[in-house]
Amino acid sequence: MAGKTKKIMIQGIWKDNPVFRQILGICSALAVTNLMLNSLVMGLGLIFVTAFSELTVSLIRKWTPKHIRMMVQTLIISAYVIIVDIFLKAYYPSISTALGPYVGLIITNCIIMGRCESFAQNNPPHLAFLDGVASGTGYLLVLLVISFFRELLGFGTLFGISVLGEAWVSWTLMIMPPGAFFMLGILIWVTKNMISEKPAKGGAKS
Amino acid sequence: MMELNPLVIFFASIFTNNMILSNFLGMCSFIAISSEIKTSLSLGQAVTFVLTFTTLLNYLVYHYLLVPLGLEYLRYIVFIIIIAAFVQLIEMIIDRYFPALYHALGIFLPLITVNCAVLGVSLFMIIRDYTLLQSIAFGLGSGLGWTLAIVTMAGIRQKIKNAPIPKGLEGAGITLIITGLMALAFIGFSGIVVIQ
Repeated sequence: MAGKTKKIMIQGIWKDNPVFRQILGICSALAVTNLMLNSLVMGLGLIFVTAFSELTVSLIRKWTPKHIRMMVQTLIISAYVIIVDIFLKAYYPSISTALGPYVGLIITNCIIMGRCESFAQNNPPHLAFLDGVASGTGYLLVLLVISFFRELLGFGTLFGISVLGEAWVSWTLMIMPPGAFFMLGILIWVTKNMISEKPAKGGAKS
Repeated sequence: MMELNPLVIFFASIFTNNMILSNFLGMCSFIAISSEIKTSLSLGQAVTFVLTFTTLLNYLVYHYLLVPLGLEYLRYIVFIIIIAAFVQLIEMIIDRYFPALYHALGIFLPLITVNCAVLGVSLFMIIRDYTLLQSIAFGLGSGLGWTLAIVTMAGIRQKIKNAPIPKGLEGAGITLIITGLMALAFIGFSGIVVIQ
């Protein structure tokens, strides 16, 4: 049991990381990463939605007719996203405005749909919940890494606190959309090199 | 709320506020299906079509059904259902009456339901408080802008097919870097019109 838990966590966070291994859900990964605070909130929201959607899908998987399961999953996900949205609006209105439509776009984030379809559909609830937390955490970590560099280079700050001092000339490019594309491209490059070295000996699939 | 000419919104959503290059919407299919000009053009057409009509439908439902009933917070669920239902309906209609078109667009239609650009445009429309005419212009323009970006990308990717790219960058990596360069080029348009 403990071994399986560990395996799921490692898979979700590193080996099958949704963003740079499976290239899923990158719309929001790019849009909210100009500030670390936004990324953190977005990532936590995604963990919540993924974990509970997977839990729910897994709980009702025996009673869900096969051909309408996509619709059911979408509705479950939307319901949890609405909870996140209302929560943010009530307690953190400024962040809610900053994230704008991207909170709602968690619904179309392929990570959640993908995990529900591939994992929660065939596994018991507690493992599904765990898998949701792991995938969500993997996503959160990527967001934080990207936003770390973007905020540091673009504003000279981290979480709004000045780090590089007054003399730092901000790279405005990093806050603008191209910076996001370059950053993610480079991150995928680096991680691919790091991961592909090991399985090269054993003759991995891809 | 400043009144913007629908025509301004139309051009702005193609060039300065391009869905992919400045709002990052619809990236998943953008990366997965941009390796050939022909297929990406078909996908672009399908997205433009669905975008325009779902924006219109969502506008009507939101302003004439949800707002009067005080159910604005349900908009995510309602929008996604409308989009899914619309796509399903269109798929059946095209299959029945325009088999040639179905062959061109058919496989892409189900994909569009989960294309974040479609939901994103509807949400932007609500946040920016557009009128009916502005929303239609915004939907159509966003679709065309999306098509422009994906077809351009497919063209570039066909050209670099045999280029010696570093191993780790192949596929998604290089696509993202090129997208970055494209976004950089599109920043040249900014300043002509600004919508926010």
